[in-house]
Amino acid sequence: MAETTQIEEIKPPVTDVGVIGWLRQHLFNGLFNSIATILILGFLIKLIPQFIQWAFIDSVWFTSGQECHQAAGACWSVITQNIRFTIFGYFPYEHQWRPLVAMIILVGMLVYSREWNRWNKRLGYAWIFALLVMGLLMKGGLFGLVPVESTKWSGLPLTLLLSFFGILASYPLGVVLALGRQSQMPIIKSLCVVYIEMIRGVPLITMLFMSSVMFPLFLPEGVTIDKVLRAQAAIILFTAAYIAEVVRGGLQAMDRGQYEAAESLGLNYFQMMRMIILPQALKIVIPPTVGILISAFKDTSLVVIIALYDILNTTKSILSEPEWTGFSTEAYIFIAMIYYVCCFSMSKYSRRIEKQLEYKHTPNQE
Amino acid sequence: MSTEQTSSQSPPAEGKPIIEIIGMHKWFDDFHVLKDINLEVRPKEKIVVCGPSGSGKSTVIRCINRLEEHQRGQIIVNGTELTRDLKNIERVRTEVGMVFQHFNLFPHLTILDNLTVGPIWVRKMPKKEAEELAMHYLEIVKIPEQAQKYPGQVSGGQQQRVAIARSLCMKPKIMLFDEPTSALDPEMIKEVLDVMVDLAREGMTMIVVTHEMGFAKEVADRVIFMDYGEIVEENEPFEFFDNPQHDRTKLFLSQIL
Repeated sequence: MAETTQIEEIKPPVTDVGVIGWLRQHLFNGLFNSIATILILGFLIKLIPQFIQWAFIDSVWFTSGQECHQAAGACWSVITQNIRFTIFGYFPYEHQWRPLVAMIILVGMLVYSREWNRWNKRLGYAWIFALLVMGLLMKGGLFGLVPVESTKWSGLPLTLLLSFFGILASYPLGVVLALGRQSQMPIIKSLCVVYIEMIRGVPLITMLFMSSVMFPLFLPEGVTIDKVLRAQAAIILFTAAYIAEVVRGGLQAMDRGQYEAAESLGLNYFQMMRMIILPQALKIVIPPTVGILISAFKDTSLVVIIALYDILNTTKSILSEPEWTGFSTEAYIFIAMIYYVCCFSMSKYSRRIEKQLEYKHTPNQE
Repeated sequence: MSTEQTSSQSPPAEGKPIIEIIGMHKWFDDFHVLKDINLEVRPKEKIVVCGPSGSGKSTVIRCINRLEEHQRGQIIVNGTELTRDLKNIERVRTEVGMVFQHFNLFPHLTILDNLTVGPIWVRKMPKKEAEELAMHYLEIVKIPEQAQKYPGQVSGGQQQRVAIARSLCMKPKIMLFDEPTSALDPEMIKEVLDVMVDLAREGMTMIVVTHEMGFAKEVADRVIFMDYGEIVEENEPFEFFDNPQHDRTKLFLSQIL
């Protein structure tokens, strides 16, 4: 008898696992959540079909502005018909392949660099070479490429240019400022404190205005500095101050013992910072740093006010044409998608590098 | 630890003092932490410093490699006086190894890299040579198999042995130990003390802040007792433990033994 009474394997109650279990746990676990779930569902049911009707069923994609005005749905033609101006702006029409290639190189290099273990000297040289090529493509003047004034640089390439160099240059500058603020030397320390606090006390718009309107007044007669360069400098100086404060937080989070161990080995200040302190401190502050870099990316759209045509401004100027007025929703959805793709990639990118830098831990024995 | 072995097994101290502390005072703000400290340490001498917490014993050895600054008096290490001069401080630090209570290993570097960072950057040693040196010292502290792991992956006792090996890689003339076993679980204390005893037998000059009285009896040439920032008593270990002179010493010993 004993061998026949096998204990049956009992399945867990159907209400706890599978689809029903999941629904119970995540959507209907309590009165408040159940009500919220039902309300949101109702809202979505009303909204989504309408949106689909507008965006896809009634929409027009490749028509002129006139036909758009007759259509009931979305007018995506505002994007498709003006895509080249939106993306490349005033860059000479027949040479627009050059910024396109430059952007492809940039994205390619970024994608290749996503693995931390590929970051070595050779990659550094590759980047320098790639940047030179990109600069040449944009500027021209060599190898039979027609020179293009930087005032003609606009659209997405300008946005990417301002953001990329803004991030690239403001990060090290911010680190230096953070170290300066921690310095024992009173002059360096107070210079850094004054700089950081002053910059953080004014909006970016002010900085851009000063760089484009006030700064030239101080230059001697006949000397001009490129407008894009001035905007770029303003963005760099602005972002660096914010980076500096985040990095300072990382430095302060470091255990005093790390400094002492490094010092007692005889490492000098720069060796200690480079080998021991900064690698740990900068890693701690990757999440807030990326937050700042993402907002710096979005802030580049403020160059509108000094009459640079970034991608947001090129879109605006299309919308101001009589043929396309009234289609700002469609155009801005498109721009929002571009911004979203860029920002989301930055955030993913940084998560990836953060993961790769994670050092292994077992719970501490204290 | 076995206490049958006596300090006579480690080589005797010799020659002129390698560390001289003359009339040293130190304040933390208004608080007078160290009062008129005088101490001479000769090469190969092993000194144990003990005393109640807050007595300033750690501060003394932290002054010897300038992790703390003293305000009055002189500290001369291996012929170099410690002043504000950064060159001197760096020179002293390369001659003096330090082991901390909380190990202070670099968590972002492998154990091997923890050991080679000093030789490569301070001693300008080629990487390969530094790694051989590091493996040599990892064998001395008996954990060569952990070289590629990170500090967070090994036990506390092993971490402290790595920390000792890291200091030894700089080939220091003097080793300072700041309560090296206080943060360890009891079963790990012995493995660290064993390494320190071996080091003493090799003739290293050592100043050890510790409450491990067995260790003091086994290797110390002198035991120094500190209280309220002063050196209260100084004697050979057996004399110190069996026949303490000062009331405060007697009280302290009665509390810890």
